[in-house]
Amino acid sequence: MVIGCSAGGFSLMFDILLSLPAEFPLAVVVIIHRSRKHKSSMEALLQKRTKVTVKLADGHEQMKTSVVYFAPTDYHLLLEPNGTFTLDCSEPLFFCRPAIDVTFESVSDVCKDKVIGLLLSGANQDGANGLAYIEANGGLAVVQDPSSAEVDVMPSSAIGTCKNPLVLNNSDIFELVSQITALKRTLN
Amino acid sequence: MSDFVHTISFDDLVEITKLIRNVYGFDFVGYSQASLKRRVTRIMQLNNLSLFEIRSRLTNDSAFFDQFLTEVTVNVTEMFRDPGFFKVLRNEVFPYLASFQRIKVWNAGCSSGEELYSFAILLEEQGLYSRSFLYGTDINTRVLSKAKKGIYELSRMKQYSENFIATGSAHSLSDFYTAKYEAATISNKLKKNILFSVHNLVSDGVFNEFQMISCRNVLIYFDVELQERVIQLFYDSLCMLGFLCLGSKETLRSNEMAKRFRVVSKTENIYQKIA
Repeated sequence: MVIGCSAGGFSLMFDILLSLPAEFPLAVVVIIHRSRKHKSSMEALLQKRTKVTVKLADGHEQMKTSVVYFAPTDYHLLLEPNGTFTLDCSEPLFFCRPAIDVTFESVSDVCKDKVIGLLLSGANQDGANGLAYIEANGGLAVVQDPSSAEVDVMPSSAIGTCKNPLVLNNSDIFELVSQITALKRTLN
Repeated sequence: MSDFVHTISFDDLVEITKLIRNVYGFDFVGYSQASLKRRVTRIMQLNNLSLFEIRSRLTNDSAFFDQFLTEVTVNVTEMFRDPGFFKVLRNEVFPYLASFQRIKVWNAGCSSGEELYSFAILLEEQGLYSRSFLYGTDINTRVLSKAKKGIYELSRMKQYSENFIATGSAHSLSDFYTAKYEAATISNKLKKNILFSVHNLVSDGVFNEFQMISCRNVLIYFDVELQERVIQLFYDSLCMLGFLCLGSKETLRSNEMAKRFRVVSKTENIYQKIA
């Protein structure tokens, strides 16, 4: 599962991560836009309160289920065919590094139809193309309902770019996440 | 990026890298597949080439390969990128470098030269430049010719000046370049002791002995095995008590290598060869 968010999306993203059970059956990769000028302790703060492990993704690290990986500031985050991460400092996209599009597309290239892309509130169009890419590869494209997003540019662009995205309000997003766990339990 | 027409699979990518190895002897084995795929896709989009077309251009058109090589490698760089790194250099590494009679610096993967000139400025500032010599190497001749010129867009200088101030310098960056039209040209006195030349970290060996080697944000694109090989090359190229600078997300990799270096700065990834 890949989550992209920017302006206005942080608090919802925090709540989603806090809701994840320790045995959440998917790996979660989070791309947020934040400044490289300031040291961020977001992961450490979250880790104190979440049941899943929360960390910055390292190069060559193997992606695992029940772990939340944040893209480090000032690097794009890519996934290799062997399931390990690569950090990349090529050109920013829409002035953003990490860019949501870059990670969404890279994860989709490797995991194909086994990807859920979730795009939340944000003030530019980063993520829209990546989400359409996930959809075209058979993955599930989920967009926060622009009317419940604090800044609707990002979700609105994605709705314009994707063919048939699942548009959910905030409580339905939590429902979807809890269904993922429930479904896995049933399958076991 | 999501232009579905110009998308290739990882298998296609393997074919392309094989073709390049056979025609040009240039080996991309050990490079990050995900990064390479993204770069190749981007080249196909920019030049509007299908998979068939890019393969045929690569086979038959060596000028196109030059352009391909420029675009496939990441050449994004800045002057004084990560000001904290340069602060540690000035305060903790340069006083040590000052004790060497000659200071030879190697900037591996120097791209268009912004980082090497940053070192030159710092050395000049500390009164060390006249007994220093700086080598900038890259696999890519096009970026090297830009580096040799030392002419950058004036619009970038604002960011570079902010970076420079954040390193804690008492000078102004404009003391070290001249602005004309839309261009900033690095002062000639800083180019005196600098040499840019082609070197491939994958296939070329030791070419000199250095007091400091900087290779930041290059190893991130290499797999573990290739990283270990390149770190060994750096170790072999450093004099005893010489310094190795890596990017903020890079490490010495093996424990064995870690034993041969003292950590100068954990956060900025600066090491000193001690064994």
